[in-house]
Amino acid sequence: MSIPGSWFLVVAAMLFTVGAIGLLVRRNVLVMFMCVELMLNAVNLTFVTFARMLHDVGGQAAVFFVLVVAAAEVVVGLGIIVAIFRRRAGATADDLHMLKG
Amino acid sequence: MLAVTITIPDLVTFVLAAAIVLVAAIGVVVSRSPVHAALCLVATLFGIAVLFVEQNAEFLAAVQVIVYAGAIVVLFLFVIMLLGVDREEAIGKDPLRAQRPLGVLLGLLVLAEVLVLSRLSWPIGQPHVAGPVGGPSSNVADLARAVFTTYLLPFEITSALLLIATVGAVVLARRPPRSAGQPGAATGQPGRATGQPGGAIGQPGGATGRPALDGASQPDAADETGTVRSPEREGAPR
Repeated sequence: MSIPGSWFLVVAAMLFTVGAIGLLVRRNVLVMFMCVELMLNAVNLTFVTFARMLHDVGGQAAVFFVLVVAAAEVVVGLGIIVAIFRRRAGATADDLHMLKG
Repeated sequence: MLAVTITIPDLVTFVLAAAIVLVAAIGVVVSRSPVHAALCLVATLFGIAVLFVEQNAEFLAAVQVIVYAGAIVVLFLFVIMLLGVDREEAIGKDPLRAQRPLGVLLGLLVLAEVLVLSRLSWPIGQPHVAGPVGGPSSNVADLARAVFTTYLLPFEITSALLLIATVGAVVLARRPPRSAGQPGAATGQPGRATGQPGGAIGQPGGATGRPALDGASQPDAADETGTVRSPEREGAPR
């Protein structure tokens, strides 16, 4: 109750930045996926912080839905990654240039 | 005046959790091995859960640990171990020279933008649409009331989403069935047709070359015959 909400927001912004940089910089598909999870968690933290600051539990309900969507996204994304790895050995996103003209 | 209201345990908890979150997040980004990245991700998620507890979101903290650290990261580790991609990545050099500084620059721009936007004041809607946080009832009761009354339709749509994701994962992870219409069967697979037991199974992309997986494809082929024959074995007595 006593920590001001802006501190949490700053932490969430920094966490989102770290995730975004990782998504842009890394080449491994799995690590890029983990960076997406980092960004989702940063947004979750923001939701919870605003739920506390605005005295509205709807923010926490939003986090609940984000969790479910993240779980579904991970399942489908990892399925796609497994299907890609079954076809080719390359581990990096650079190897996936099938759509290049 | 603001600092007076902060108690020491709160401050220590927040600083420790925030430090764990940020350091472990950086560890996710800079670690060479995907396994180390996944373990750093677990540390980040636990730190987020601590920050949730500190903001009266106990249910979400428990769900965070159970779903994220317990299920999602385990799924990541399963895929890492299953595919054998836990070899380290050459992180030193980048094929595109400008990508790394450009990525860091864009990330810092995002951070600056968020911090600038946080200085502005935003009109918000009507508060208390779903009940206050930290009221007389517990957090679980508040959240359940919100989810099952105000957000009932999204909750039901969520179940459909989970079902679709399950079906999609099964379809994606399934081995392609052997059929004449498969593109892999049409292009011909010389390595598999010359006497390997699993040669008849159409696997698209087998002809595109899997140089690093050649050693690993031997038990793979044996596994394919086992999984393909088993329904026939089970179907014969019936």
